[in-house]
Amino acid sequence: MNRAVEWLKKNFAWVLPALLWAAPLLFLGVFFFWPLAKIFGAAVAWLQGAGLQISREAVLRPLGFTVWQAALSTLLTMALGLPGAFVLGRYTFRGKKLLTVLTTIPFILPTVVAAAGFNALLGPRGWVNVILMQVLGLEQPPIAFLNTIAAIVLAHVFYNTTVVLQLVGNAWAQLDPRLEQAARCLGASPRRVLFEVTLPLLRPAILAAGLLVFLFDFTSFGVVLLLGGPKFATLEVEIYIQALHRLNLPLAGVLSAIQLACTLLLTGLYGVLSRGRVTPLMPRLKGEGLRQARRGWERVWVTGMVTLLMLLLLSPLAALVARSITRLDADRGERGAIQAGVTLAYYRELFVNRRQSFFYVSPAKAALNSLEYGLETVGIALGLGFLAVYAQGSGGRLSRVLDGVLMLPLGASAVTLGLGYVMVFNRPPLEVRTFPLLIPIAHSLVALPFVVRTLRPALAAIPLSLKQAAAVLGATPWRVWWEVELPILARAVTSSAVFAFTISLGEFGATAFLARPEKPTLPVAIFRFLSQPGALNYGQALAMATLLMGVCALSVALMQALERK
Amino acid sequence: MKMRWLWMVCVLALVLAGCGPKATAQPVELRVMTHDSFAMSEELVAQFERENNVHLVFIQSGDAGSMLNQAILTREAPQADVLYGVDNTFLARALEADLFETYRSPLLSDVPQEYQLDAQLRALPVDYGDVCINYDVRYFAEKGLALPQRLADLAKPEYRGLLVVENPATSSPGLAFLALTVANFSDERYLDFWQDLVENDVLVANDWETAYYTHFSGSSGKGPRPMVVSYASSPAAEVMFASEPLTEAPTASLVGPKMCFRQVEFVGILKGTSQRALAEKFVDFMLGPKFQADVAGQMFVYPVRMMTGLPDAFVRYAQVPEHPVIADANWLAQNRERWIDEWTRTVLR
Repeated sequence: MNRAVEWLKKNFAWVLPALLWAAPLLFLGVFFFWPLAKIFGAAVAWLQGAGLQISREAVLRPLGFTVWQAALSTLLTMALGLPGAFVLGRYTFRGKKLLTVLTTIPFILPTVVAAAGFNALLGPRGWVNVILMQVLGLEQPPIAFLNTIAAIVLAHVFYNTTVVLQLVGNAWAQLDPRLEQAARCLGASPRRVLFEVTLPLLRPAILAAGLLVFLFDFTSFGVVLLLGGPKFATLEVEIYIQALHRLNLPLAGVLSAIQLACTLLLTGLYGVLSRGRVTPLMPRLKGEGLRQARRGWERVWVTGMVTLLMLLLLSPLAALVARSITRLDADRGERGAIQAGVTLAYYRELFVNRRQSFFYVSPAKAALNSLEYGLETVGIALGLGFLAVYAQGSGGRLSRVLDGVLMLPLGASAVTLGLGYVMVFNRPPLEVRTFPLLIPIAHSLVALPFVVRTLRPALAAIPLSLKQAAAVLGATPWRVWWEVELPILARAVTSSAVFAFTISLGEFGATAFLARPEKPTLPVAIFRFLSQPGALNYGQALAMATLLMGVCALSVALMQALERK
Repeated sequence: MKMRWLWMVCVLALVLAGCGPKATAQPVELRVMTHDSFAMSEELVAQFERENNVHLVFIQSGDAGSMLNQAILTREAPQADVLYGVDNTFLARALEADLFETYRSPLLSDVPQEYQLDAQLRALPVDYGDVCINYDVRYFAEKGLALPQRLADLAKPEYRGLLVVENPATSSPGLAFLALTVANFSDERYLDFWQDLVENDVLVANDWETAYYTHFSGSSGKGPRPMVVSYASSPAAEVMFASEPLTEAPTASLVGPKMCFRQVEFVGILKGTSQRALAEKFVDFMLGPKFQADVAGQMFVYPVRMMTGLPDAFVRYAQVPEHPVIADANWLAQNRERWIDEWTRTVLR
């Protein structure tokens, strides 16, 4: 009997991982590789048909700019995010809950909204310029912010600092403080502890955060398009322009392929860098490593850092909210610079179908649609994510390769993917117009890598002895998973659920292709209001953006409340 | 406790995932592909549906250019039966891709010949609008600045730093304005004019929304620049959608000779439709009096059908250019990509 089991184990060890891998791979195959292959195929066919030439400059210019701005943005993000993560992971302070909720908002904010926020803050008629013009008596706005590289980088820092805070901050909070204490007892200076104990322990989290931030900046689309203006084009923006506006599929195909290859390269690099053992870090008590800032300099530094983060995260959002209830518009006949006044007209108007237009969808309905897609995304991404993580856990050389494959959707252009969906899924039952799950599926593709990246380190950090102890005490494997592993993973599961949910709430690129007009999500509805003329529509778009922000904050707060129970 | 919650969320998510809206068996469905700016009255939709026992499905697919490109990419398995919203800058691309079936609508007799740009009647005109420069009335009044009389005036020093235009690669009014400059200055010299504009500090935005709301001083965004490439009907929209009732339009258009570019929008029956009869009915409906009377208030364009009434604000605030440029579709088709490439090199690099 034992022999038979051993023989099975020896010769069919691949069966279990293969089964675990099957679902995520099938999913990726149908919903990722197939549409992409179709696009590349069309590009090649077009290339042969028309015999178009692709100039080297058309490829190198966007590529160079993409790498440069991504590197710059990532450096600045890390420079701000790492000290921030330290403060969040090691200190308690007043307003920490608020800051934690705030850190999740920018990440999920649709780019349309974030751009509107920065515009309301630093744009030519933004609050800063308006105030400076009033104070200094200037005629022209003193700060030229739009269409500069500074706008792109600042928006990227705004977006991605939260990724560092979440990933590294969580890891820092979960670090067993006894390791650091031991080093201190043995005579190491705080500086030495930081560089020789803490940072090496945090390396996987820091690398993961850095990689994600770089990938985000690398594939940045909305920010560059909306804030950078026409002079700056990343690969993703260029793909969008070439594919959708110029119908230059060969160039779009080549650029997509380059973007994918870069993603693959980056994930490969990550795999090499993060190889090695994960130290088991079991916190004894929740919040054990947290302390209050006591000494003078410590207080200054914590307060300063928290203020800086709050300022960065809050000011564009506050500017947006303020703008959504302020009428800068006028009673035009009158003189005077700005006829400012507080008004709720934009919010009231949201629920009025003024033109009896057929395409009017009430914001409440759009919010419900977003919520539905969000929950579906959580279900799909977590289900597949767990399978993938356990598949990786079951080992094999294949795992490392497949891990890179899982990361690919992050680097694929949402525009290309949306276009591919439209081209591929055109027959029932898988049809863009009737199959209800395509939008959450597209969202899950983007969310899956995050889920895996969050679950895996947490899973790897569970000491084997715990599971073994439970098994020895007679627990079935299922019970071990349910009562030992899952509770330990709760934090990671919650934060990946939040990630997946919020990604779905904010996603715009692919959704814009796939959403049916009678069932828009909030970002699509905002975009619709933005693209209609008149003060009222602009105000309504901002009002709706404010509401979306509120929905996000609320759901995040809810998830965190669940976690604390 | 928390685990149970988590599970409930997951289960709920999966249940929701399973019970999305089921595709109900509609007797007949007619699919209309349009751009994002398409709008029509609810009651008109209901009326058409009632009279023809049909369910209308609108597929909005980005702006005019990206909608057409999607239609071309999916032409083997068309997503719709009817396509509305191709304008004359893209018409030749649509015809070249052989998207449409010929349809000789009886209602074309009420449409002036000048809008029937496709002699083979594959694409039928529905409405038109003029791309013009809008200006901030108060700015020019306060500065005592004379209005530009010709496009060439825009390169003069007194208008330095006042104009914002759209990128022709990503914006349909931007492309129309680029074509307008070629029509004004000829293919050999239009780049010189753009070079002059660059030296005169012209600002380029990617899309109309950014140009209009962020950079233009006459809109609610109150940007710094008093002139923008927009539509002749935009001043009417400013009045109809002002947050407080207005009696005067805050903006107006420069409508001098050869200063505006006429965009005509077309509808066509997509090749491969299985609903040819219904599609014909819908095209007739779009050319008919009720829909034609609806377009001005819904989309801020003019109906092509003769003797169609317009909303009051339209009559009062939208100016009609006397001699707009009406470009030949083939000329546009043959040169468009080259112009965009040359323009990009001259203006953006």
